[in-house]
Amino acid sequence: MTINTVKQSLSGWGRYPQVAAQVARPDRYVELVGLAQQAAIARGHGRAYGDAAISASGTTVLMTRLNRFLAFDAESGLLTAEAGVSLDEILQVVMAQGWFLPVTPGTRYVTLGGAVAADVHGKNHHHVGSFSAFVREIELFTPQGALRCSADLYPSVFWATVGGMGMTGIIGEVTLQLKRIPSAEMQVQHRPAANLAEAFALMESAELDDEYTVAWIDCLASGKNLGRSVFMRGHHAEGALSSGPKAAKLKMPFDLPGFALSRHTVKAFNAFYYRWEGRKQQAFRCDLAPFFYPLDGIQQWNRLYGKKGFVQYQFVLPPETAAKGLEAVLTRLSLSGNASFLAVLKRFGAAGSGLLSFPMPGYTLALDLPLRHDTLALLDTLDAVVLDHGGRVYLAKDARLAASSLPRMYPQLDAWRELRNQLDPEGLFVSALGRRLEMC
Amino acid sequence: MTQILIVGATSAMARGCAFAWAAQGQRVLLAGRDDAELARLAQDIRVRFNTAAQVVALDLDETTPRESWLAELQETYGQIDGLLCAAGWMPDNETMRHGAPALQVIQRNFTGPVALINAFADVCEQRKHGFIVGISSVAGDRGRQSNYLYGAAKGGFAIYLAGLRNRLFASGVSVLTVKPGFVDTRMTFGLPGLFLVADPFWVGQQIVAASDKGRDEVYIPGFWRLILLIIRHVPEVVFKRLKL
Repeated sequence: MTINTVKQSLSGWGRYPQVAAQVARPDRYVELVGLAQQAAIARGHGRAYGDAAISASGTTVLMTRLNRFLAFDAESGLLTAEAGVSLDEILQVVMAQGWFLPVTPGTRYVTLGGAVAADVHGKNHHHVGSFSAFVREIELFTPQGALRCSADLYPSVFWATVGGMGMTGIIGEVTLQLKRIPSAEMQVQHRPAANLAEAFALMESAELDDEYTVAWIDCLASGKNLGRSVFMRGHHAEGALSSGPKAAKLKMPFDLPGFALSRHTVKAFNAFYYRWEGRKQQAFRCDLAPFFYPLDGIQQWNRLYGKKGFVQYQFVLPPETAAKGLEAVLTRLSLSGNASFLAVLKRFGAAGSGLLSFPMPGYTLALDLPLRHDTLALLDTLDAVVLDHGGRVYLAKDARLAASSLPRMYPQLDAWRELRNQLDPEGLFVSALGRRLEMC
Repeated sequence: MTQILIVGATSAMARGCAFAWAAQGQRVLLAGRDDAELARLAQDIRVRFNTAAQVVALDLDETTPRESWLAELQETYGQIDGLLCAAGWMPDNETMRHGAPALQVIQRNFTGPVALINAFADVCEQRKHGFIVGISSVAGDRGRQSNYLYGAAKGGFAIYLAGLRNRLFASGVSVLTVKPGFVDTRMTFGLPGLFLVADPFWVGQQIVAASDKGRDEVYIPGFWRLILLIIRHVPEVVFKRLKL
C-alpha cells in the first residue's frame, strides 16, 4: 500500500525557522520499516521549539497516528506504547489508576518518542534524573530493520538514541516505568526571592527541598533586584485519585501583534506575577495540571509571540560557575530589554548516560524571547557566556546555535557520531537541526 | 452491553467509532485483512477503555456468501448486536478508471459490504434486534469525472442501505447511512483541494451519536448536506460541462 506525502512548510513550537518539508503520516506500524530505509526524521506534535523535528532533505514522518497503547500493567506501572502516543494520552489512561509520569516536561502535549529523543527532564531532576532513567526498552527502526534496545540490550545504541534527537533512527515503541501517586493533587508552597543570591539560597536549602522544585525568574529586573524570583516547591498530596487533566477551554485564537509583548507590558506582568505568586507562602493544594503544565492551560499559546515567532533559549551551567554565569546572562538580558515573561530556573542532579542528553549537574535557565531584529545577536553573546562558564544549550529548544559551539558543549559528540555512523552509514536520519549543527 | 462488528477496522474513521463505542463500555470485534495492525488496534482499545476488543479476519475481496462466516463468528464471540461497515478503497483517479482496479473499487466499496450486510440483516430481522451503520460518501451523491467509480460504488451502497432501512423498519432494526465529507484519514492525507477537513475521532463520535439516536442518514460535518443539495440540483446540461 502506498503512503501519501505532502509538501508543507514546517516549524517547531517557536514558529522559527520555517522549513519546506516533505511530510508523510504512516498509520500502520509496519510502514516504519520502509520509512527507515530512506532519508527521514520522525516528528511528533511539533513541540520541539526549533528545527529538531524536520528532516534536512528527506521525509518528515508524522508519528501522531502511530499512537496505540500496547500494554499497561496497573500493578507494576509498566507501560508500552507506540512512539506517537502523547504524554497527555498516557495521563488519561493511567492517572485514575494511581500512576503518573516519572519525569514530565512542562507540557503534556509531547509524544513519547519525542520525550525519549530529547531525553526530557522535569522539576524533579535533582532527585531522579531525566526521562531515559525510566525507559525500559525502545524499538528503533534503522535501515537494517527494527532493533530492540535498552540499558542492558545494545546499551550503546540505547544511550545514543535517548537524547539523540531522532538521528539514530525512528523510535517505534517505548516501554516506560511509571510512578505511583497517592492522588491527583499537589501540596505546593511558594517563596519570593528578592534577587539571584536569595533564589540560589532557596534552591540549595535542604530544608526547603521537595520532590519538585522550580523558580520563576523576572528577567527584566535589574540592579539590586537582578534575578528576582518566585521559588516553588511541591509534592504529590494524599487524597483522591481522578482521571487525567482536561483539555484547556482557553485558546489563543489569533497571532498577537508584535508590539503587545513589549518591554513595558512584560515588565508590568512580571512585577504583578512576582507579588501575586510570591504571596503564597502558606502551603496550599492544587491540581496536578496547573502545577506541572501551566501553559497547557492556553491552547496555541505560541501565538502570543506573534507571526514572527520566538526562540526559547535553555542552558545549564555547572554548580561552581552557575551563580556568576547566571548573573552575566541576566545582566545582558535586562540590558537588552528583550522581554521574556517565561523564564524558569531549575536545579539539575547527576547526569544520565545519554551521550547527547542535555542535563548535567548544576542550574538550568529557560527563557522565551520574541524574535526581533536583535534577538539572534543577543543569543550569540549568551552562547559565549554559557561556553565560558562550561555550560551547554538544550537542543530540543534550539533554533540558532552555531555548529562550532556544539563540540565544546557536548564532549561526547564524537562518540555519538561514531555510533550513529554504524547505525546509519548512509546518513539518512538528519534533521534540519542536525545539518545546521553539522552533527552528521 | 452490546457487541459491535466493525468492518474495515483499520480505517481512522472506524477507529474513531470504536473509541466512541468502547468509551460507552461496548465490546468491539475488529474485522479486516491486516492481522498485525488489527491486533495493535484491539490492544489499544483494551488498554484505553478497559473493554473487550477482538480481532477477526475478513477479506471483502472474496466474493463468498457470508451467512456461515457470520454464524461461526457469533458462535465464537456471542451475539453481535451491531455492524459498522467502514470498509472503503479510493485509489487515484487514473488507476481506478481501468481494468481490474475499477472492479475492485466496486467490490470493496459496494458488493463486498453488501454480501456481509445481507447476511447480518437476515439475522437482525429474525431476532428483531440490531443495528447497521454503513459509511457511504458525499462522492456518492452525484457522479463527477474526477471520482465517479468510487462515487458510483458509494452511491450504490447508499441506495442499498436506504432499501434495507425500509425493509428492516418493521422489525425495529435501524440502518444508518453516513455520508462523510473530507475526513483527515490516510485516504485524504496530502490530497490537494480539500477544505474543512474533519478529525476522524470527532467523526467517530458523531457517527455513534447518530446511531444511538436512531437517525437514518447523516452528513458529517452537517454542512455537507447543504453543499450536496446544491450540487445535486445543478442541471445536468450545466454539470456535464464543469470540471469537478
